[in-house]
Amino acid sequence: MSLVIKGSTKEWEVVIGLEVHAQITSKSKLFSGASVNFGADPNSQVSFIDAGMPGMLPVINRVCVEQAIKTGLGLKAKINLKSVFARKNYFYADLPQGYQISQYELPIVGEGVIELDMSDGQTRSIGIERLHLEQDAGKSIHDLHPEKSFIDLNRSGIALMEIVSKPDMRSPEEVGAYLRKLRSILRYLGTCDGNMDEGSMRCDANVSVRPVGSEELRTRCEIKNVNSVKFVMQAIEYEAKRQVDIYETNGEVLQETRLFDQSKVETRPMRSKEFAHDYRYFPDPDLLPLELDQKYVDKIKQNLPELPDEKKSRFISEYNLAEYDAGVLVSENAVADYFEIVTKGRDPKISANWVITNLFSVLNKKGLSIKESPVSALNLGQLIGLIEKNIISGRIAKDVFEIMVEEQKSPEAIVEEKGLRQISDTGSIEAAVEDVISENPDKVKEYKGGKTKLIGWFVGQVMKKTKGKANPGLVNKVLSEKL
Amino acid sequence: MMSELTRLTISKISKGLKEKKFSSFELVSEYLNEIDKQKELNSFITILEKSALESAKVSDKKIGNGQSGPLEGIPIGVKDLFCTEGIRTTAASNILNNFIPTYESSVTSKLKDAGAIFIGKTNLDEFAMGSSNETSFFGSAVNPWKLNNSDKPLVPGGSSGGSAVAVSANLCTASIGTDTGGSIRQPAAFCGIVGMKPTYGRCSRWGIVAFASSLDQAGPMTRSVEDSAFLLSIISGYDPKDSTSANIEVPDFKSLASSTAKGLRVGIPKEYFSDELDSEVLNLWEKGKEWLKDSGIEIVEISLPHTKYALPAYYIIAPAEASSNLSRYDGARFGLRVDGNSLDEMYSNTRSEGFGKEVKRRIFLGTYALSAGYYDAYYLKAQKVRQLIYNDFLDSFKNVDLILTPTTPGTAFPLGDKISDPISMYLNDIFTVPASLAGLPAISVPCGLHSNGLPLGLQLIGRRWDEGTVFNCANILENSSSFNKNLEL
Amino acid sequence: MAMKEEIVRKIAILSRINVSDDELDNISRELGSIIDWIELLKEVDTQSVEPMTGGTDIKSFKREDIVNDGGYQEKILKNAPSKNDNLFEVPKVVE
Repeated sequence: MSLVIKGSTKEWEVVIGLEVHAQITSKSKLFSGASVNFGADPNSQVSFIDAGMPGMLPVINRVCVEQAIKTGLGLKAKINLKSVFARKNYFYADLPQGYQISQYELPIVGEGVIELDMSDGQTRSIGIERLHLEQDAGKSIHDLHPEKSFIDLNRSGIALMEIVSKPDMRSPEEVGAYLRKLRSILRYLGTCDGNMDEGSMRCDANVSVRPVGSEELRTRCEIKNVNSVKFVMQAIEYEAKRQVDIYETNGEVLQETRLFDQSKVETRPMRSKEFAHDYRYFPDPDLLPLELDQKYVDKIKQNLPELPDEKKSRFISEYNLAEYDAGVLVSENAVADYFEIVTKGRDPKISANWVITNLFSVLNKKGLSIKESPVSALNLGQLIGLIEKNIISGRIAKDVFEIMVEEQKSPEAIVEEKGLRQISDTGSIEAAVEDVISENPDKVKEYKGGKTKLIGWFVGQVMKKTKGKANPGLVNKVLSEKL
Repeated sequence: MMSELTRLTISKISKGLKEKKFSSFELVSEYLNEIDKQKELNSFITILEKSALESAKVSDKKIGNGQSGPLEGIPIGVKDLFCTEGIRTTAASNILNNFIPTYESSVTSKLKDAGAIFIGKTNLDEFAMGSSNETSFFGSAVNPWKLNNSDKPLVPGGSSGGSAVAVSANLCTASIGTDTGGSIRQPAAFCGIVGMKPTYGRCSRWGIVAFASSLDQAGPMTRSVEDSAFLLSIISGYDPKDSTSANIEVPDFKSLASSTAKGLRVGIPKEYFSDELDSEVLNLWEKGKEWLKDSGIEIVEISLPHTKYALPAYYIIAPAEASSNLSRYDGARFGLRVDGNSLDEMYSNTRSEGFGKEVKRRIFLGTYALSAGYYDAYYLKAQKVRQLIYNDFLDSFKNVDLILTPTTPGTAFPLGDKISDPISMYLNDIFTVPASLAGLPAISVPCGLHSNGLPLGLQLIGRRWDEGTVFNCANILENSSSFNKNLEL
Repeated sequence: MAMKEEIVRKIAILSRINVSDDELDNISRELGSIIDWIELLKEVDTQSVEPMTGGTDIKSFKREDIVNDGGYQEKILKNAPSKNDNLFEVPKVVE
């Protein structure tokens, strides 16, 4: 799955590591009691602490710590029982304290791993380097005035987890799979809503290239703050080609921070900051080292929800589902939950098929999420139950499903109301079969003369007479007898 | 009687107010009068004439109704480093010249709740960086004491110089200061008053303009040890808004101060001796030992081997923290702004005009100590040395209950004498800095006069959270030295 | 020994404090002499010593996750040197 770029001299591969900033799901900020709600009036969700007022002090939010631990456990990572908050010093308009409180030498979470299922059926393990807690900055608004920028501090101090991967990815596809998988894990855990368009998940990509077969790590460029999976993939593809072009023409790639221009689909260097890399990290003297009790961590571990990988294995072993189907169903916790309600007491393969094929096509068409589905899991389950109990045929079921989408009624009510119940009494089927036989003597003759394929035509005629409600198995059986 | 009012201690004023011998309004008026008379001392940056008189009326009513708080009607000077809601708070810096906080610091809130009246915001070294009060944007406060036969104005010490002057010159009953490396104790010694730096974490730092976060502590500056103990018990206590504030009980310091000290062991650190030490300082130290012995206290020689490294370590750690703490003064959200053509230019113009020389020097020093390539050699090294200094104290406190040292190597010096030589200025804090680095409680008690006519103080250092024992022995020094009697109080 | 001028210039930029050419020499010498004095620390053996962090040995305290602060826009903006429509105004930032 590596992206191989053919240069004029040799073939190149791309090496990618990601830094994902995930906003922690919490009510208040990392170090203050101000609200984190999205879209509030400017500077209305700002405490004196978030505004960097003189004499203000941070106090850590218990839930944010717990969410970071949960996430660490979900990434099968080591939880550090002692971690330290450090100040990252730099001046910027939206950084009121003149430093960001982050973690540097001792992060709360150490090494972990994310397993990726690639579309070619292969799996890839991507290493997690670390996860640390830090505060978000405020927002600068540059487009309101030609000579002024404006600052809204509502985001200032919101809790973020920075999740740093190892440079283990080799293609934009792997990056896409990594981001989707990470988002899925975060959502399962309830530690981040993963909404990239609201900025609650943002991504920096470190990109370098090297000749295929080489193990060296060449100079990397950091592409900052890309806010959709698609854009990250595009940015990496562009950046890798740019670097290859430089090397192929005997140039040197400069270590720099670059921005992705969505409209031009290209990266360009950020205005270079002098000494930008001297952040003068040091332990924040306003905060004591964050010390955790192993028992506390163990308790969080015990209460961890089932995660995508475990759920997938369970779906395969418990429901006998195909690997692919199981993967699709667990990608979102809500989908997996939906499926499990649908299939309760019903055939899992048929249930999976209905969810993946029929339901997803309706949701896609209408642009709805599973939570907004017009058909409830209970009703879809009931519909499958009606098929299994031979009350309706699979074909009728599709019609019923379409009505369910539009009218949000239970399938039983629709079947009753529209008289769609399958005819399973031999008497009325025999009558219909006899009618068809007597009305079509020539076809009967042909059939008897050896054209047995006509049986299908006869079934069709009987179904037509019964308005599709006849049990197809019975029709077949009666027809073979009568003919 | 009236002219004597301004010289009384908290306990005497409280008694007088309750017995209706005088009113808080009269008291405040007296002080305001004195402040006006002694303007040249420049001890206040902001005088709260109107609000103090109004508060006094309220206090008088409360006293009449029997609803008075423990500090009801007592005029207190507040170092202009504490944020006070609706009252300009400058940190003696041009950069906060126009800053009016919309919040009240935890310590001043406690004082207000106790019924104290804020008579003014006292002068200090800019951002508490200094040992003479000369770095103040508003000019130095001046020591009310004079050398024998000389009218030369003397420094009050720093950084809480204005707070020390205000108490010493009878411009308020007591004041609060902050101490980072000696900023309460050194000016207290220079001005002949009692200055207490409590254990780090005893008083909330919330709302105090930060200098060096791991060292800053608020504390009382008073005429007597009893007042010091009483005022500390009011401003102490756990604050969930300060992560470094300790959630431990605040004892009744005042009663601890007067309990028996017999059987205690007091250490004399040999490393605090030096040939350069003023012989009169040495003599006073000897006297201190004798006074303690006379009260049944055992004197033990101890060793604090890393003492000489305390000051250099401090001058890495404090500036490093300060360089980061002062980054927020950038002209964007509050305080001074000097415009520029770009954001960075605005920052640089604002900070260059807003900060004074010493503050800039320390920002540079701290920035250097934290910058890439120097961090391990300076900042990390200093924090390791700091641990060794703390370990020295821990070892000593296995054998002794307190440590007795001089507060300063000498007496107050003339304005301008040391301002151009940073290191000689820094050496003022040679005896106070070690306890600061170790987070220990320490008090300076005025114990005598130098032959040059200026007061000298002795310092007692205690175990963490053991201010009670510190006050206890301080009481003995105060009584034995009869320093207050010298003042004919 | 005076601090190298290029280092002084670097820390001045990092600190966002202007240092004019006239001041440079003096500041280099002052900082240099303070650093020389601080070099005394080098003689201390700190090989097996953990650095002290903070001034206290108390344990960390965690706040409950409740919204009990903020919501006072006017207090946040009250001291702003320049503001517009509830936003802080600063010179244009170019990214």
